[in-house]
Amino acid sequence: MSDIDDKLMSPADAVRRFIGNGSQVAIGGFTINRNPMALACEIARQGVKDLHLVCHSHGQALDLLIGAGCVSRLELAYGGNGRYAPTCIRFRDAVENNKILFEDYSNYQMSLRFLAGALGVPYIPSKSGLGSDVIRLEGFPPGIRKERNVASKKVVIAQNPFSNDDDPVVLLPALTPDVALVHAQYVGDDGTVRITGLSFADIEQAKSADVVIVSCEEIVPRSIIRRDPDANSLPPFLVDAIVHAPHGAHPTACYGFYDYDPGHLNLYRAAAGDDETWRAYLDKWIYGVPSHEAYLEKIGDTALRALRADPERGYAVGLDRK
Amino acid sequence: MTGYTDTEMMALAAGRLIKDGDIVFAGTGVSMLAATTAKRIYAPGAVFFFETGGIDPDLRELPMTVGDPRVMSGTSINTGLIDALSLLGHRKLRTIALLGTAQIDRYGNLNTTSLGDYHRPATRFPGSGGACDAASCASGVISFVKHEKRRFVEKLDYLTSVGWYRGGDSRRRLGLPRGGPIAVVTNLGVMKFDDPTKEMYLACRYPGVPVETILENTGFPVDVSRTVEAEPPSAEELRILRKEVDPQHLILQ
Repeated sequence: MSDIDDKLMSPADAVRRFIGNGSQVAIGGFTINRNPMALACEIARQGVKDLHLVCHSHGQALDLLIGAGCVSRLELAYGGNGRYAPTCIRFRDAVENNKILFEDYSNYQMSLRFLAGALGVPYIPSKSGLGSDVIRLEGFPPGIRKERNVASKKVVIAQNPFSNDDDPVVLLPALTPDVALVHAQYVGDDGTVRITGLSFADIEQAKSADVVIVSCEEIVPRSIIRRDPDANSLPPFLVDAIVHAPHGAHPTACYGFYDYDPGHLNLYRAAAGDDETWRAYLDKWIYGVPSHEAYLEKIGDTALRALRADPERGYAVGLDRK
Repeated sequence: MTGYTDTEMMALAAGRLIKDGDIVFAGTGVSMLAATTAKRIYAPGAVFFFETGGIDPDLRELPMTVGDPRVMSGTSINTGLIDALSLLGHRKLRTIALLGTAQIDRYGNLNTTSLGDYHRPATRFPGSGGACDAASCASGVISFVKHEKRRFVEKLDYLTSVGWYRGGDSRRRLGLPRGGPIAVVTNLGVMKFDDPTKEMYLACRYPGVPVETILENTGFPVDVSRTVEAEPPSAEELRILRKEVDPQHLILQ
């Protein structure tokens, strides 16, 4: 019996219990790194609808969820996967063909909005974006501005109230999502979370959310994770569900464990450009596999071994990334 | 002299603008190539950092994007977005941002969001990412763009990242007391900005590129009276770029 027995669950149970149609979900990670893919695949598998996604720069999980028809609203700073998708492919299709409502912010703005939510303040000032269309143009229609978890305005330009001079600032509305999804390297059997490498805005996102679901590469004894508490990211009492999902960020990278998977990202790119081949991708890699374990079996040990990170450098040295 | 490609010349031209001691913020794509090139060839004493939170990585392998685990390796500190983006505008630092763009106007304002109507775009690009932040907060911006008339436009379809805004002191009047574009590196040459108008002019053209070609591919008039011809890449510059910086040709074309 450990402290987390009541929180430890499968991806399927975590999604069923905490995510419903219309949930506002913050996805952790960044473009091709540490996306909570095991959880995102499960959301797609369960056919959740009308998600309101909130993120900064995102890639794989964002694109998969949009492509699987799970998303109706999106607030983001960036949708791209480097050479594998300079602009995320299903994201681009959804925006160009009016399939989702979207609102553009910048990375700093989105991160600060999560921070404001975590701090419990209704808005936060910044100098970033003055004069830009990011501030001038609203993406969401006025009709949804009164709904729960939608800000009444995109931003407000105000004067610094502490200055006697003209000093405009951008006021950004706080984000308080229903759920934050995080993929971490380690969770202790006491529930302590440790992200290694870059944390992006995962910690602010988790602290801003009502519910936090953490999937992880390894569950380690309390005695190990508490030996170096300076390295830890979240305390147990902020975490609602823990999912043990080795390779749970595949095909994105997980620093210290594995690199991004160029083979799969290329396969994804080839499939995502066309509705028919995209449907076949979903059938094969999402709907056609009952679980994360079955997905990994399909990817295969040989492919996964090639991605294994060098322990010193945190990535797969010399990996063929074309 | 061996031949070289547009992307190679762009990476080298931008790298030559970086000096030891500079604190450089690099985005995805050619920006990343220019940063890694500068670190290897021109400015080993410059510090490179990324919006994701990686500060001063060793760059032993070329990161493909700012989310690549290679920006977290051999760093002085690994942090997150808020820490990294707050350094951009830190009052005691002089920071230079390297940004790619799809469209640019004569004042160096950038569009990486969309073409056509914003709500129903003809073409959607990835969006701001950290570019709007870097353009607002950094001490200077070097941007990268392919030199084509449809990219050098009178009016952007969407203004993602503010440059000199409408010229003169209009940027300062927006409430952005510092920063602004320094240079625009294209596949044909390097553009800079005049004082006090802040309008773009042609500072240098690459070897063998006629001024007329640049004018034909720019959608607004530019002053070419001060144009000089850039030094061609040396064999050693090309060797390092091809063999050490991007041996897999992930970004090089």
